[in-house]
Amino acid sequence: MKIKLQRSDKIFEYEVPLNGVTLLEALGYIKENIDSTLAFSSGCRSSVCGSCAVRVNDKEVLACAYKPKDDDLIQPLRNMPILRDLAVDMDRALAFNKIAKAWGLPKEEALHVSGEDAKRNELQSDCILCSACFSACPVYSVNEDFIGPFALTRSLRYVNDIRQKDIKPTIEAIQTNGIYDCTLCNECVPVCPQGIAPKQDIEILRNKSGIMGYLNPNILAGFDDGLNF
Amino acid sequence: MVDVLVIGGGGAGLTAAIHAKKDGANVALVSKTYPTRSQTCMAQGGINAAIGADDSIQSHISDTLKSAQGLADEELVGILCEHGVDAIKWLDKIGVPFSRNKGIAQRKMGGASFVRACYAKDYTGLKILHTLYDQCNAYDINMLSERFLIDLAVIDGKVYGAYLLNIKTSTVELFHAKSVILATGGYAKVYGKHSTNHVGSTADGIAAALRAGAKISNMEFIQFHPTALKKSSILISESARGAGGYLVNSKAERFTDELASRDKVSLAITNEMQKGEEIYLDVRHLSAKFIDEHLPQEKKLADLYENIDLTKQLIPILPAAHYTMGGICVDKNCTTNIQGLYAVGECANHMVHGANRLGGNSLLEIVVFGKIAGEAACAYAKKEMPACKVDKHKDILSQINTNPTVDFYKRRAELAEIFYTHVGVKRNEQGLLEALEYIQALQNELKNMGVKNIKLAYNTELAEFLEFKNLVLTAKTVVLSALRRKESRGAHYREDMPNKDDNFSTDTICYQENDEIKFP
Ligand SMILES: Cc1cc2nc3c(=O)[nH]c(=O)nc-3n(C[C@H](O)[C@H](O)[C@H](O)COP(=O)(O)OP(=O)(O)OC[C@H]3O[C@@H](n4cnc5c(N)ncnc54)[C@H](O)[C@@H]3O)c2cc1C
Ligand code: SF4
Ligand code: SF4
Ligand code: FES
Repeated sequence: MKIKLQRSDKIFEYEVPLNGVTLLEALGYIKENIDSTLAFSSGCRSSVCGSCAVRVNDKEVLACAYKPKDDDLIQPLRNMPILRDLAVDMDRALAFNKIAKAWGLPKEEALHVSGEDAKRNELQSDCILCSACFSACPVYSVNEDFIGPFALTRSLRYVNDIRQKDIKPTIEAIQTNGIYDCTLCNECVPVCPQGIAPKQDIEILRNKSGIMGYLNPNILAGFDDGLNF
Repeated sequence: MVDVLVIGGGGAGLTAAIHAKKDGANVALVSKTYPTRSQTCMAQGGINAAIGADDSIQSHISDTLKSAQGLADEELVGILCEHGVDAIKWLDKIGVPFSRNKGIAQRKMGGASFVRACYAKDYTGLKILHTLYDQCNAYDINMLSERFLIDLAVIDGKVYGAYLLNIKTSTVELFHAKSVILATGGYAKVYGKHSTNHVGSTADGIAAALRAGAKISNMEFIQFHPTALKKSSILISESARGAGGYLVNSKAERFTDELASRDKVSLAITNEMQKGEEIYLDVRHLSAKFIDEHLPQEKKLADLYENIDLTKQLIPILPAAHYTMGGICVDKNCTTNIQGLYAVGECANHMVHGANRLGGNSLLEIVVFGKIAGEAACAYAKKEMPACKVDKHKDILSQINTNPTVDFYKRRAELAEIFYTHVGVKRNEQGLLEALEYIQALQNELKNMGVKNIKLAYNTELAEFLEFKNLVLTAKTVVLSALRRKESRGAHYREDMPNKDDNFSTDTICYQENDEIKFP
């Protein structure tokens, strides 16, 4: 099998004499047998640690869950600095979780959570922080401070948790460079290996923000234009 | 300079960091991977705690002691099980999305007298790990990733920090700290492709502790999971057998009780394999609906790694190294024999698993002892004076051979095969001696190994070589310990000495002195 890898600004071709293996195994083969300088990230090999996301023919996939075909072009994720080859620096992307204040803020007393309550954020808490959605999001080409899909999904996870003492800090944290900067383009949805739809989560957060009295600055801007007219 | 430096971002490290910070310490957490990528995310089954109406702490204690086969410490098992209930309450409070029925949903795992393992779908470890990570953000804990622990800075039996390799730049940094908590995970990757573990379970913390003069114990005890996929050692969870899956040989005969404990089933499979049989897991008789509901991960993984449809085909399996009971010696406050150095989680031996870990007890261990370690390290740091000056520029990289004549990747794969064959489910004197000889030859050969990649930016070959050296050192302690334990107990099965012997109801403790492994 012949696969093409983008390493810095060049494309390299490798012949991997294995069949029916995952892309991650093929990368391991190249590193151990052909070129030990190749860099990529891995961990669990079973699609749960979120280490190995890359782009194959322009679409984000987990290398450990993808079977490569002849002539596939493998590239690193977008929207973050490349450390080397397919390995990217996640520091900045992960920092958005903190900017979004996506964390548990527990009530003093313990609470009974029903099965139905638990369903309210079950899907959002399946996120493995692989960054596939972050890489697919077009907003970063115009606003690199956009809080972005996974951090906003994480916000909804906690906003929708009945154990949360106060959801206001989280909602407030995602008004600027957050929910209204998303264009609702849906690019983040099909690439998520966990079936999460950050776009939908963002729409829910917009509704909740509206109910809590936060205003959509875009509508406001439109309104201003109207007055000037 | 910080009060508490936590090394390792799995469940143990994150819990320790949160509690140290809560108690007022200035905390930093470093890890070689991003915290959410740690092995803890792979735990599917659950976390034990006696919260069920019929269950009792006493029953949890006695199940744990029974499985430990005389090698656990009753007081520590008591701490684990008693604090277990509060640990679950705490996890619930900070937002772990447990599955629910009447309360937190629980399932039965092997060796438990009651339904005791609290779970969050098939993602128990993932959801706990991510919730803890979010708490670290809430507590504003400084988390630095891509930092590889090379060695601890220890002078006269006291720790002053650690030497870390910044993988992004290949520079070595001394991180000053009043106290250090090791939470670097286990060593099952000695078995390479014959392990279910995360690629990073390479014994780095244990090896660094050993080099710094710490004692380690019970390294010979390694739990093998009976059902890992043959080609990749990816875990097929116990629930496949629990739900009625059969184990069969090449002649399609069942040969063992599928529901017996992990060590017994692994042994039965190994016996069968030694007769030349191939072993399969058969779930074809379970309904497609049941498989879609209860074994969706396994269905996907069998397709991905074995190219088979498990509803129609047999699943080729093998036992694989899954959990390492041995580790750095600690007391009930997670203190090591080095002043200011603490250890917690799979890298430590908390004396709660003994000769065989009970499924669901290790996630519990990392949360219960994570709290204890964080609090103890914080209390220590508060009364400690600022650290003394330690050698700032420990020159580690210039000692690495950049013109290697021996390929360490080849040796790493060989070591894994030798370990799986001779230090695996079944052991005997002759095989262990062969393994020892191999390791000694490997140690002599290490000077001819090194890295071909001399680039500084994100040199993963360098990190993997350092891991390999740690594996070799740790492998030696495993073999030497296994040779000394002339009996069979729990996960340590000697075919030449198949019975338990009361003379060996003690821990196998060792340390390193002048480059030699010694047993006091
Ligand atoms: C497939 C699988 C399923 C499991 N299922 C269960 C289950 O259902 N229930 C249960 O109780 N247990 C289960 N376990 C066991 C349990 O997951 C582990 O014992 C536990 O997660 C260990 O946690 P830890 O925090 O000690 O280490 P880990 O989660 O392994 O974390 C180690 C951390 O240390 C860091 N590190 C390592 N070396 C270095 C270094 N040199 N420098 C810097 N950082 C370093 C790593 O990056 C990582 O962040 C399972 C294990 C596996 C493999
Ligand atoms: S829907 Fe929003 S978050 Fe998702 S990719 Fe488009 S702009 Fe980015
Ligand atoms: S939302 Fe999906 S794609 Fe985005 S980081 Fe989480 S798991 Fe990955
Ligand atoms: S290696 Fe963990 S998600 Fe691929």
